[in-house]
Amino acid sequence: MSSEFVQLSLTPLLIGIFAAIACALPGNFLVLRRQALIGDAISHVVLPGIVVSFLVTRSVSTWPMMVGAACAALLAVGLIELIRRLGRIEPGAAMGVVFTSMFAGGVLLLEQSDTSTVHLDVEHALYGNLESLIWFAADDWHSLLDWKALSALPPELFRIAIVAVLITLFIIILWRPLKISTFDEGFANAIGMRTQLLGFALVVATAIAAVAAFDAVGAIIVIAMFICPPAAARLMTNRLETQIFWSVFFATASAVVGYVAAGYGPLWLGADNAVSAAGMIATVSGLILAAACCFGPHRTRTSAPLASGDQ
Amino acid sequence: MNSAALELAARDGETLTPPVTESPLSVRGMTVSYGEKAAVFSFDLSIPAGSMVAIVGPNGAGKSTLIKAALGAVPKLSGAVASFGQDVDAVRHRIAYVPQRASVDWDFPARVIDVVMMGLYRDLGLLGFARKRHRDQAIACLKRVGMDEFSTRQIGQLSGGQQQRVFLARALAQNADLYLLDEPFAGVDAATERTTIDVLKSLKAEGRTIVCVHHDLTTVTEYFDHVVLMNIRKIADGPVEEVFTADNLQATYGGRLATAQIDQLHLAST
Repeated sequence: MSSEFVQLSLTPLLIGIFAAIACALPGNFLVLRRQALIGDAISHVVLPGIVVSFLVTRSVSTWPMMVGAACAALLAVGLIELIRRLGRIEPGAAMGVVFTSMFAGGVLLLEQSDTSTVHLDVEHALYGNLESLIWFAADDWHSLLDWKALSALPPELFRIAIVAVLITLFIIILWRPLKISTFDEGFANAIGMRTQLLGFALVVATAIAAVAAFDAVGAIIVIAMFICPPAAARLMTNRLETQIFWSVFFATASAVVGYVAAGYGPLWLGADNAVSAAGMIATVSGLILAAACCFGPHRTRTSAPLASGDQ
Repeated sequence: MNSAALELAARDGETLTPPVTESPLSVRGMTVSYGEKAAVFSFDLSIPAGSMVAIVGPNGAGKSTLIKAALGAVPKLSGAVASFGQDVDAVRHRIAYVPQRASVDWDFPARVIDVVMMGLYRDLGLLGFARKRHRDQAIACLKRVGMDEFSTRQIGQLSGGQQQRVFLARALAQNADLYLLDEPFAGVDAATERTTIDVLKSLKAEGRTIVCVHHDLTTVTEYFDHVVLMNIRKIADGPVEEVFTADNLQATYGGRLATAQIDQLHLAST
């Protein structure tokens, strides 16, 4: 049992946890800034980015794909700004237009191009391939001390781990400016903070998290992790500091419970096959949010209605 | 305001250098526009040090925009701004700004003291550890506005007046020389209005300068010693007893004030 767990489940589980945390951390600020849709938009436009970079390089190696995905994410952010300014429409609508058309373009490209020979398809893009990230070289827990076995770990694990650490550092270092400018942008401007730059940095961090997580776990889980754990965490506390810890806890819990339920749940229920781990992780995060909505201690609010300022 | 006028105004600033004066806030030839429509047009202003100033005008007169643009928070088309004889960026630590209460989401997960501590950002910096001395400082500011008992309350659970006082406490924590307040008396209870004006008057007594965007004409003479009347353009500015006249008010409000309304104000005699 233990050797099977280390070989088959340990890496996907860790990747799931890191991906969930890397997305949930910036998600806290996106949700509070009412920009949650940005995560959604970015994770969708990653698809055309990956397809285009495949068509250009003719390989499925990771780095060109991540560059392609990052370029697509930045292009999308630029387009959203452009449409918002030129069309004078609200940001949500601009995002909706950009990410659906870019995602649709990606699907068309994927169908038309000769990608059947490689493991690149719509299903993969949506659900990821968490279950396939197996640690073949492992025998049991002692492999964790075996250098040779460790070097054969799936590279996705290192990538998402590095990204999770970078995102955590980003949040820690820019904690005060992010908090102040998210609550009161006018005040932040007045004390000399570069609020536009901060907002852009947050979007870039989001894009990096989305691209790295997409690579490992697919679009669905990425969208869910940006929104569900932070939204649930908000209902548990009235302090941003505490909210961050709750969101990390919920992200981790979704990854662990979701992965286990997907792998073993159907067997316990008498079915033959496991279900998609990414899909189950997203589902669990949704269930956690639902539970927080029903039982969270701070779900009732008495805030003043939001009004736009006089000129 | 047509676009040709805006274009002219855009070139207005080219010949201007920041005014050399020790005024806490001086503005020359400032024009701000949202698209084709000018919000503030070719504005000159010099706030006297140690004064208590009301900026008065109808809705959409550009009062808030004037302050925001002077702080560099909204881009201006043209014009020069100086604060204490220097570039605004060089003296931001001497300026405290209180935005309109409705401009933020009070649902934000923060306690009263967390918001006041934001006023200490200059001292704390990016990663500075918040010590007891910082917390004591924040509590002292809350005490000054009568809110120290609420320090651990979530900000969304406060009344509008209490929220306004929390904003004032945050500005006090900044320990500034120039206070810019956007509608600090809008929609607050009588107790908050009393506390706010007492705090502002004590700041003035300490030699600091206060500028308020103000909408209530009936309290101008009682609260302020200096007034700026504006409606996109500047109509008049100066000591209340000289400038706050029926003629100037009619010019500011485009003749929309009824005679009865004007009679109620304690106006300077013309």
